[in-house]
Amino acid sequence: MAGKAWRSAILNLLRTWLSGKDKIKAQEVSWAVGAVKKGTPQARTFTRGIQTVTLIPGDGIGPEISTAVMKIFEAAEAPIQWEERNVTAIQGPGGKWMIPPDAKESMDRNKIGLKGPLKTPIAAGHPSMNLLLRKTFDLYANVRPCVSIEGYKTPYSDVNLVTIRENTEGEYSGIEHVIVDGVVQSIKLITEQASQRIADYAFEYARNNQRASVTAVHKANIMRMSDGLFLRKCREAAEKHKDVKFTEMYLDTVCLNMVQDPTQFDVLVMPNLYGDILSDLCAGLIGGLGVTPSGNIGANGVAIFESVHGTAPDIAGKDMANPTALLLSAVMMLRHMGLHGHAKKIEAACFDTIRDEKVRTKDLGGNSKCSEFTEAICQRVRDMQ
Amino acid sequence: MTFLTQNPTVTSLWEFLKNKDQIPQRVFTPPPARYGGRHTVTLIPGDGIGPELAHHVRELFRFCCVPVDFEVVNVDSSMASEDDINNAIMAIRRNGVALKGNIETNHNLPPSYKSRNSLLRTTLDLYANVMHCQSLPGVRTRHKNIDIMIIRENTEGEYSSLEHENVPGVVECLKIITKTKSLRIADYAFRAARATGRRRVTAVHKANIMKLADGLFLECCKEVASGYPEISFDSMIVDNTTMQLVSRPQQFDVMVMPNLYGNVVSNVCAGLVGGPGLVPGANYGEDYAVFETGTRNTGKSIANHNTANPTAMLLASCLLLDHVKLHAYASMIRRAILSTITETRLHTADLGGQGSTSEVVQSIMNAVQSTGPQTLSI
Repeated sequence: MAGKAWRSAILNLLRTWLSGKDKIKAQEVSWAVGAVKKGTPQARTFTRGIQTVTLIPGDGIGPEISTAVMKIFEAAEAPIQWEERNVTAIQGPGGKWMIPPDAKESMDRNKIGLKGPLKTPIAAGHPSMNLLLRKTFDLYANVRPCVSIEGYKTPYSDVNLVTIRENTEGEYSGIEHVIVDGVVQSIKLITEQASQRIADYAFEYARNNQRASVTAVHKANIMRMSDGLFLRKCREAAEKHKDVKFTEMYLDTVCLNMVQDPTQFDVLVMPNLYGDILSDLCAGLIGGLGVTPSGNIGANGVAIFESVHGTAPDIAGKDMANPTALLLSAVMMLRHMGLHGHAKKIEAACFDTIRDEKVRTKDLGGNSKCSEFTEAICQRVRDMQ
Repeated sequence: MTFLTQNPTVTSLWEFLKNKDQIPQRVFTPPPARYGGRHTVTLIPGDGIGPELAHHVRELFRFCCVPVDFEVVNVDSSMASEDDINNAIMAIRRNGVALKGNIETNHNLPPSYKSRNSLLRTTLDLYANVMHCQSLPGVRTRHKNIDIMIIRENTEGEYSSLEHENVPGVVECLKIITKTKSLRIADYAFRAARATGRRRVTAVHKANIMKLADGLFLECCKEVASGYPEISFDSMIVDNTTMQLVSRPQQFDVMVMPNLYGNVVSNVCAGLVGGPGLVPGANYGEDYAVFETGTRNTGKSIANHNTANPTAMLLASCLLLDHVKLHAYASMIRRAILSTITETRLHTADLGGQGSTSEVVQSIMNAVQSTGPQTLSI
């Protein structure tokens, strides 16, 4: 049973029993008993105990930034227990690439995950690891809030927008063929179901986070049928959520206006490729991938929060990495789980440390090590308790 | 074709193309449309701000006594039949050169209605879209000293308009990348870099995800790069490119890419140097050339308000003059435009000023009058 429906199922059952008017159906009883026995994903977050989260450190600088985040969470006394897993692709029976079964089982159990950067080889080799994860857990929405960080100056100030990108299909369906030698076709897939899902999610996100408008980004003048379908679904979702303003804009107009005045945008929803380019463009506006959080929402309540920068093999192991991206993604995760107090504390400590300018990693313009930066944040968090 | 079958050492199409002397040369090259020393150029006003800007171009050319006659062909975007655009295409074939405003595409119409602009580009095989984004003096932007030449494949890629719905609710759109066209655009990019003395060409792609399609494009670029040793070649993934463009755009020199990424990158660069009203664009094919504003905006909301920025269209007309080898006129008009840009009092609304289109054009005409001997006094 999804969400809090189990509670209403039991209440209805009680009401029927107490009123004595209608006959109690056996089916209803078994539903209610099943819901109570099994428990639901959301029910877990209401327990005052420790929440287990799957942690995927990743490659390159992944392990060191994961350790930094774990240390900060410990200092903040967040009720999180980490379960580390490795997701290097293995070839299953039948030659199909998949993630290791123990990682899959852990994610299915915990439902919430935090992921570091994973390596992706260019042109041939095994399929992209990130794509594989997305397909395995049906992570259909990639949410990237881009907010200007005070204390880290970029040419763009007052950026406050969210890009919501369809994550499973579109141009990244991975279906390519060589028709004749020298002619390659790549298929962009747009389905009604996926477009509807992402459009609904975008409006719900806007509603839950008090955002005023949603803009659909498309290129329907050229790709009439595919982006036309996506646009139709967005319009239908807009009809269902009349309290949120809906506009549609061409991809090139969005790019043009984004670099001139990013303050005019609020929530942007779009198919896969445009989302990839635009979300990275927005990340560039606030200071790059090293400071941008990101979350992937999937069906069945699964959510994986990740840092979107690369593995940075040139600085791996040298204690030079910047854990801000993974930390802000972890904060996004805390908010998703409802632990707003801890989220606010850690986020404030992080921003204060960056604003202070005394302890900054090399990519933010300072000279400190990763461990010093982490320690500074831990100290601030402890002072806040 | 017998060359290919008889010679077993020919391994790639590139090699085949290099040995051009072994195949019969093309005997027919269309002559320039020059009658009595005057060029005839097709003018397609288009929609939105197109007609008023086309009018200003003609006004300026008449004032400067440029030996160019415009053959105006109107394309009605609301008509379902393709007669209008076919007439325009025939006119361009006749004259060889055109100046064009953007023709609006209503994206709520069914897929049988193809984008008129796209039709024009593919029928005339205008395979290279060249946009030169330069920081202009007098225009306030967040980034300074930008000088990027963007060369975008204009006829294939994601803009093939090949879509179908095999199963209801599932739409497939095909992105086609061919070796011949990728080699052609890469060769164009390197030749242009060599001709303008530029040192570095960057290929923009997404080959980590679209391994075959963009992988082929990248391979073709690398192959062509090997023939130009004095120009350094590197590649960058498109999302990283957009990020680098908004943080450090000065690092880029020449960029070559397939169609859709070209759309994104050219719009980002246009935004970085000051907006859609400042950058001209050119579409070059083997035999024809069409000039327009770089970002191809219709500007419906500001049509007929006398607030549009004429700079992009006027600079496009200068590119046209350069193409038909009227270099003196081109530099004269270009100098006048650049001197007007520095005058912030006359900036139009898109640059944050309050000047009107006609004021800007009048100022350009005054600048032309004060500099050259070839002008008429009003």
